[in-house]
Amino acid sequence: MNDKRVSFSGVWLPAALLAPQLAITAVFFLWPASQAVYQSVLRQDAFGLSVKFVGLDNFVRLFEDPGYLASVHVTVVFSAATAILSMGFALLFAVAADRVLRGATAYKTLMIWPYAVAPVLAGVLWWLMFNPTIGIVAYALRGLGLSWNHVLDGDQAMILIIIAAAWKQISYNFVFFLAGLQSIPRSLIEAAAIDGAGPVKRFFTVTLPLLSPTTFFLAVVNLVYAFFDTFGIVHATTGGGPGQATTILVYKVYRDGFIGLDLGGSAAQSVILMAIVIVLIVIQFRFVERRVHY
Amino acid sequence: MVERRPLLTLVTHLTLILGAAFIVLPVWIAFVASTHAASDFLSGVMPLWPGDQLVENYWKVLGTGEAAAGTPPIGLMLFNSTVMALSIAVGKIAISLLSAFAIVYFRFPLKRTAFWIIFLTLMLPVEVRILPTYEVVAGLGLLNSYAGLSLPLIASATATFLFRQVFLTIPDELTEAARIDGAGPMKFFRDILLPLSRTNIAALFVILFIYGWNQYLWPLLVTTDTGYYTAVMGIQRMVAVPDSEPLWHLIMATAILAMLPPVVVIVLMQRLFVQGLIEQEK
Repeated sequence: MNDKRVSFSGVWLPAALLAPQLAITAVFFLWPASQAVYQSVLRQDAFGLSVKFVGLDNFVRLFEDPGYLASVHVTVVFSAATAILSMGFALLFAVAADRVLRGATAYKTLMIWPYAVAPVLAGVLWWLMFNPTIGIVAYALRGLGLSWNHVLDGDQAMILIIIAAAWKQISYNFVFFLAGLQSIPRSLIEAAAIDGAGPVKRFFTVTLPLLSPTTFFLAVVNLVYAFFDTFGIVHATTGGGPGQATTILVYKVYRDGFIGLDLGGSAAQSVILMAIVIVLIVIQFRFVERRVHY
Repeated sequence: MVERRPLLTLVTHLTLILGAAFIVLPVWIAFVASTHAASDFLSGVMPLWPGDQLVENYWKVLGTGEAAAGTPPIGLMLFNSTVMALSIAVGKIAISLLSAFAIVYFRFPLKRTAFWIIFLTLMLPVEVRILPTYEVVAGLGLLNSYAGLSLPLIASATATFLFRQVFLTIPDELTEAARIDGAGPMKFFRDILLPLSRTNIAALFVILFIYGWNQYLWPLLVTTDTGYYTAVMGIQRMVAVPDSEPLWHLIMATAILAMLPPVVVIVLMQRLFVQGLIEQEK
């Protein structure tokens, strides 16, 4: 931890300055997080009358539960598709926006604002567009001879939440890709142009490699987003269904805990999710903080 | 631009126009839906142009709300969202400024421990520990209160780390000069650090306001009293009507109103927002 050469002395003043943050962290963070870990090794009977210590049994049961494994699969498909779609489109738009001179600000404004839309609202908007009876997209698909009903078809429900989640995240990725593009020295691009490389070749040999730290950082952030922030999209639109087709892990934690009242199982799921976030964040710090360059 | 290629420029503009259309489309449809009467949806196809019920629909959601779904008037929900978003933004910035100041400008025992405790909170989003956090808030009697809505979301370290970065770039000479002039730590904090971090504070405020405004799961859990519903979560109550078609025109009017304040903030504060976002993630 790098320190200031000049510092103030005293113990009580810094303690008082830190007190509010530490107090809130202890009450609303450390205690609940440790409770989650603690509950993950307990099991309550159905009426909540007795609690017994079961060790890692909750975890073992999870990994033997086809429902949980299906949810892992759903989450992997959903997160990968969301990250790839939103990053792909964001990169395309950022490269285009970086190129234009006329109207650049207007385009940027049009691209950026969905950041402010809550995921649940994104879900509801696309839910209306895909509504099997009145939705405009469902209507267009019918015109193409495709029947759309995400209420019955699990794959279609998955496509719906992926589109809603990716749509909302494009703006975030766009901001970072554009910042990354604008930090690439013009001289490099010009040198490549003088050497006779066309725009497409320049993009793949100069721009894309130099964007790799940004891309890597965004990949981690997008996975965290798809894992957690998309709860509202699933909760308000598909409700995890049809069947279990869109029950992503964070939704399952909520449903098993608050509706199924399986506290031990839900806590064990929380602990697994915690482990996943910690791994993702450590990866992000190790690589991104070192500012990888090729 | 490195060279002139009119065709490529055209393709670029087309890409951006199509992209912007794709981005805007769902909101346009929502806006259109919010201007029609309920009967306009019965024909089967969603209209593409605004109808004539704009004033009526918005007046209805603002004034009376959708009683059938048990949601309060959107005016009240917007007020609750504002209180929650402002408490989270102001609260986080305040505690983070103080703790970052302590961590950067003081030497004291257990400093490293305090640093790591704060650092830990980066790791776990509230979604992961909802049940035990809910129990803590219930145990403290904070369900259905503004404190219950905002306090648990204030406990996160991103703002502390941002301010730590900012403070570390402030030259030591300023601190020395202040000390020579006889300024104590709090005077230094107020007269030098705060003014120097002004734009960072503003940029972070934009991000945190939107973060707070858009919270969904947490308000859904801690509010059972409709008087504390926030706009973003209230939508779900309107959507989840059992055994009937949702009232699309009113839901979409509410959705437009619920997304308007944060969108206006971003559009007006675009430069600050981008700066804040990139700094926060560094």
